[in-house]
Amino acid sequence: MMNKDQGRDAAGAPAQGSAGRDSIVVEHLQVNRGGRVVLPDLSVTIPAGQVVGILGPSGGGKSTLMRAIVGVQIVAGGTVRVLGEPAGSPALRRRVGYQTQAPSVYADLSVRANIAYFARVLGVERAAVDRAIEEVDLADHADALVANLSGGQRSRASLACTLVGDPEVLVLDEPTVGLDPVLRRDLWGLFRRQAEQGRTVLVSSHVMDEAVRCDRLILVREGRVLSDSTLPELLDRTGTADAEAAFLALIDAAEAAA
Amino acid sequence: MNPRITLATAGRILHQLRNDRRTIALLLLVPCVLIGLLAWVFADAPGGVFNLIGASLLGVFPFVIMFIVTSVSTLRERTSGTLERLLTTPLGKADLMLGYAVAFGLVAIVQSLVATGFAVWVCGLDIAGPVWMLTVVALFDAVLGTALGLLASGFARTEFQAVQFMPAFVLPQFLLCGLLVPRAHMPSVLSTISDWLPLSYAVDAMKNVTGSATPTIGKELLVMGAWIVISLALGSLTLRRRTP
Repeated sequence: MMNKDQGRDAAGAPAQGSAGRDSIVVEHLQVNRGGRVVLPDLSVTIPAGQVVGILGPSGGGKSTLMRAIVGVQIVAGGTVRVLGEPAGSPALRRRVGYQTQAPSVYADLSVRANIAYFARVLGVERAAVDRAIEEVDLADHADALVANLSGGQRSRASLACTLVGDPEVLVLDEPTVGLDPVLRRDLWGLFRRQAEQGRTVLVSSHVMDEAVRCDRLILVREGRVLSDSTLPELLDRTGTADAEAAFLALIDAAEAAA
Repeated sequence: MNPRITLATAGRILHQLRNDRRTIALLLLVPCVLIGLLAWVFADAPGGVFNLIGASLLGVFPFVIMFIVTSVSTLRERTSGTLERLLTTPLGKADLMLGYAVAFGLVAIVQSLVATGFAVWVCGLDIAGPVWMLTVVALFDAVLGTALGLLASGFARTEFQAVQFMPAFVLPQFLLCGLLVPRAHMPSVLSTISDWLPLSYAVDAMKNVTGSATPTIGKELLVMGAWIVISLALGSLTLRRRTP
């Protein structure tokens, strides 16, 4: 099971006073991919110390936004700043952890070897490897080759490679998709603990049910932010009972206005 | 660039290889089988043909094999997302490229020792010069193959394309390297072209070491070294932190 009381030492905690501060500031971001405008003009602000969910259908621009935040996306316009620095700048490479949507781990290495490699690249001590394995609940499979794992296990191995560097900003692209309910709950618990320690946790999902796990919800569709608020605020504003209904109400309202 | 990250990367690549026993077996056995076959083909031919061609082949193997292995494994890094992830970490492009060069250079040393041992002791290849020089040339060959493989993988979008770069990049060099026809006997345009190709120098160096008790291979290593540096520099341009 997840190691719930695995406290971080003071050295591993992020800078003091980062909670509540705007950690990621995206202004007028424009991204074109393959001759198509994916993000026409997106602005959003993401605070530290909260679990922020980017929700919306596949193909809506969630991954592109995340890629822009970690600085691997060629952007056509606008600015993205993370912890006060331009996205992707060298100073951020130790402080921002990114998990791609497809598990990006080496299939021909064991879980432990994968995490140990990223630990060495990130310059963290070996003890962090075992801690990361515990955090994603893969201790029983630590020495199995990633190629022999299930999809959900691979995805957790990939997450552990991000967690091992103990980044201040976690950008996680659909980390809980396809996992069983118990694991999903445990992972959201893990994200919450990270946020409570003052880190920035940005998680995307196309499963609307996961809205209840987030402190703040950003609904994205067709490259635009439909809504950016807490779930109670969203439900209150749309007069609906759950995130899916609220999402539909927002789309209907937007189309009626157009 | 950071030595810790470079070595961690080389270690990781070797670790991946270690988990793939069949590839290790192929890397070590295929050159021996081919050299054995070659010796057998020329067993009854007069004039010591095997001695000439066998030596050149020892220069060709590390180059060709490391080219393929590198271009496929770096393409895999590109398509699996591990490259994108690595480029969001403190890893520098040079760390990745040198990591590959160090890892496959070490593999090439082992491969060359096995292939040379087999050629000398089993097939009766005569080597006039010192064996360590042969290993040095093989190491340069392998790093050259790795560097060109890294460069080629930048132009491949699929593994099918990457595999086809082998004939595209390597076979012309093979035809022009002096193995089939001595370079001096080629039409002048071709011999001029072959003067610029790295594999020509790999084969020349091997011939020098096997043919002379006090071989000089400085010029050959210099040309190959220049190709390695240029290929790695161009290859690093194909590693982009930001992609469309």
